Amino acid sequence: MTDRSLFLLAVAVTLGLALLSLFIGVSSVSLAALFSEGPDSRAMQVLLISRIPRTIAILLSGVAMAVAGMIMQMLTRNRFVEPSTAGTVESASLGILAVTILTPSMPLIGKMVVASLFALGGTGLFLAILNRIQWKTVLIVPLVGLVLGGVISSIADFFAYRYDLLQTLSTWRNGDFSGVLRGRYELLWITAALTFVAYLAADRFTVAGMGEAFTTNLGLAYKRVMTLGLVIVSIVTAVIVVTVGIVPFLGLVVPNIVSMFVGDNMRRGLPWVALLGGFLVMLCDIAGRLVRFPYEIPVGTVMGVVGSVLFLYLLLSRRTSHG
Amino acid sequence: MIKVSKLSKAYGDTIVVDDVNLDLPRGGVTAIIGPNGAGKSTLLSMISRLLPMTAGSVTVGGLDVSKTLSGELAKRLSILRQDNHIAARLTVRDLVSFGRYPHSKGRLTVKDKEHIDRAIAYLNLEPLADRFIDEMSGGQRQRAYVAMVLAQDTEFVLLDEPLNNLDMKHAVEMMKLIRRAASETGRTIVLVLHDINFASCYADHIVVMRDGKLAYQGTPAEVVTPEIMRDVYEIDIKVHTIAGQLISVYYD
Amino acid sequence: MADAQILQRGQLSQPVLMLMFLSALAILLMALFMTVGARGDWSFILAFRGKKLAALVMVGFAIAVSTVAFQTVTANRILTPALMGFDALYILMNSVLVFLFGSLTIVAADPIMLFMLNVAAMVGFALLLFRFLFSDSTRSLLLVLLVGIILGTLFRSLTDFTLRLIDPNEFIVLQDFFFANFNTVNADLLWVSAIIILVVSAVGVSRLHALDVITLGRDQAINLGVDHTREVGITIVLVTVLVSVSTALVGPVTFFGLLVANLAYVLIRDHRHVFIMPAAALLAVICLIGGQMLLERLLNFDSSLSIVIEFAGGLVFIFLLLRGAAR
Repeated sequence: MTDRSLFLLAVAVTLGLALLSLFIGVSSVSLAALFSEGPDSRAMQVLLISRIPRTIAILLSGVAMAVAGMIMQMLTRNRFVEPSTAGTVESASLGILAVTILTPSMPLIGKMVVASLFALGGTGLFLAILNRIQWKTVLIVPLVGLVLGGVISSIADFFAYRYDLLQTLSTWRNGDFSGVLRGRYELLWITAALTFVAYLAADRFTVAGMGEAFTTNLGLAYKRVMTLGLVIVSIVTAVIVVTVGIVPFLGLVVPNIVSMFVGDNMRRGLPWVALLGGFLVMLCDIAGRLVRFPYEIPVGTVMGVVGSVLFLYLLLSRRTSHG
Repeated sequence: MIKVSKLSKAYGDTIVVDDVNLDLPRGGVTAIIGPNGAGKSTLLSMISRLLPMTAGSVTVGGLDVSKTLSGELAKRLSILRQDNHIAARLTVRDLVSFGRYPHSKGRLTVKDKEHIDRAIAYLNLEPLADRFIDEMSGGQRQRAYVAMVLAQDTEFVLLDEPLNNLDMKHAVEMMKLIRRAASETGRTIVLVLHDINFASCYADHIVVMRDGKLAYQGTPAEVVTPEIMRDVYEIDIKVHTIAGQLISVYYD
Repeated sequence: MADAQILQRGQLSQPVLMLMFLSALAILLMALFMTVGARGDWSFILAFRGKKLAALVMVGFAIAVSTVAFQTVTANRILTPALMGFDALYILMNSVLVFLFGSLTIVAADPIMLFMLNVAAMVGFALLLFRFLFSDSTRSLLLVLLVGIILGTLFRSLTDFTLRLIDPNEFIVLQDFFFANFNTVNADLLWVSAIIILVVSAVGVSRLHALDVITLGRDQAINLGVDHTREVGITIVLVTVLVSVSTALVGPVTFFGLLVANLAYVLIRDHRHVFIMPAAALLAVICLIGGQMLLERLLNFDSSLSIVIEFAGGLVFIFLLLRGAAR
């Protein structure tokens, strides 16, 4: 089977899963009901208002988070970095919290812009700290990021506690698609545009992944590529935090798995990363809907288990392959 | 004496020490030499119970090392390995004081203090006694560790490459000191050495290992010969007698 | 060794002076904690605050001592039981027990029995984890650290998952476990905790010298006649029991141990555990009581002490990494 047909098969599988997702939920939606009861039926309403938006949101955010992780891994030249291991997610949450407390009436898009700026600042801080570490190893990078994230979230916790917003804060931190309805997720389309930009700039990111000297040698402006990447990652993170909440370790696990099979050329790898990201989130969300039917387990929790196990596997198997 | 019988160490299918039988006499300095990967350090580690053995047995001064209580052995046998990393900040005196642990379990007596002072003096560490070891040079640190092992005051002393990190001056001083410790106090000192010439000049007895096996043993005069050296190291080595000492020359 | 030095020089050594100072400060803070702003029925206030004080002291002691011991046996100054996911594991064990036996049985069960069962399960699991991570001496410290942090995330997600499986409606109630709270102390367990801490201390105090030797690393410890495997095993068991006690009392606290242990190393410029352990414990008590009073009485921020501690501890951790402490 050629690469191309394999990819098309994978796309078909993911779309099949998406189709399945339309029919899984508390209120039953069946094909028969859709056809027999006409366009104004309750089943059709559920489909249009809840199921289709939810499925689209899952695909969009899965794709975007996986690609954002891939970009970050290129830019930091480290396999274990992604928005939730670099302080990006925590900074974005802090940003929205600040807006929620200070100017609660600001429209969603404004909140998102502020959150993006915070995410950019937090990630910049992370990179600045990395630059100051004398003894930089592969593992110290995510360690610094995780702890920096912890420090930033404790600031958020502090204020959330005072203003009784801890519950809200936890919805940003833990991805959950059960609240997605028509009119509440459309911001996510921004991430689709950004993913497309990332694809166009894929070669630049691949080059930047080989280091500043290498990039400059090829006549590219390293700083500009870095900035582009960081802006994409920050906006994607902010949008997802605002709309559905973050899915931990997705951006870490997916690019690592793809890299094993396709390698690190981003132009070749990116479509796979995007597809697998959407697929994995879809799978985890459907599992979360079914395990304790009719209750739902948020996808963030499911992925917290699946993602940490995969992350641990990547960490521990690394030794045997690289000595 | 140290008695090694049918001693082996294997990691999975890789055999590092292969059925070694060895009797080391009481007193004097014994050097273990051999090419990289010959199993010298592994042998020393098993003799000193740092590493469990796959097969065979070791007795030191009549005590079976795998059966005797570790605390008892520590009064008879001491071992110093190459890489010693300590997270805590210790002064030289702190470190040397630890040598008395097997005897005093942390409560130092006047006699313990004498041992500590003597060991510090023996290695000329008095000016450095209150310095932190993580602030000292590799050579100074090495001397501090040797002082600790001497303060332990054991009949048998095993040293794994004690000349590592030392320049020529300090290496010669260290070997002289080891010699002196053996002859003055009647200890049995066994060390792994890399440099054949240090072995031939300062050891009473040389043990040669290759591929995990005991290849040769004897006095320097018996072992340091062009034939044996070529057999073991697989390069041409000329042996000259200079001022009564056997010096190997292996630079083409 | 300490007594000999005191007698010989005719003056107090630096660590002893420091310990005296810290003790005085701790006692002063405790007295303030019991009395400041108290109005009304004294017997009620003393009983109420006394319980809280006892819990804070025990938690501080348990976290400080377990962290120092853990750092000694793992030969570094950046790893802590909490960073290895030990207290997340405690919470997980709790919810797994609820899942297996049903929440009714658990609520009806004797809290002390339950606690003991939990501790036993924890010790077993912690020993396994420890053996797995430290049996191979070539494993890098950073890897162990990272694995620990991810394990923490895994345990927390699993707890979350289990709790939702048990009863999605009461999920929020059960979730209170996640946040360390120095205000709502589990009073049922005060006596048991006190007894456990006393027993652990009694077992531990005779091993302090052995811990000093273990500071030198495995090879040197064996050379000096310490049964390294056994001592490390015992230490891990004691550490796990202490972590269980502190988690049962107030919930998980990630960076606190790191903070006080490293502060103790800086203040007590001596390697001996006889000095470091009490210093770390006193510092922990000072931080907890002082911090609690500062936030509660002066700034009127109730219950956010654990958050402030996490913030400060995280900064210390990054600082230590920058300084190359994990090398």
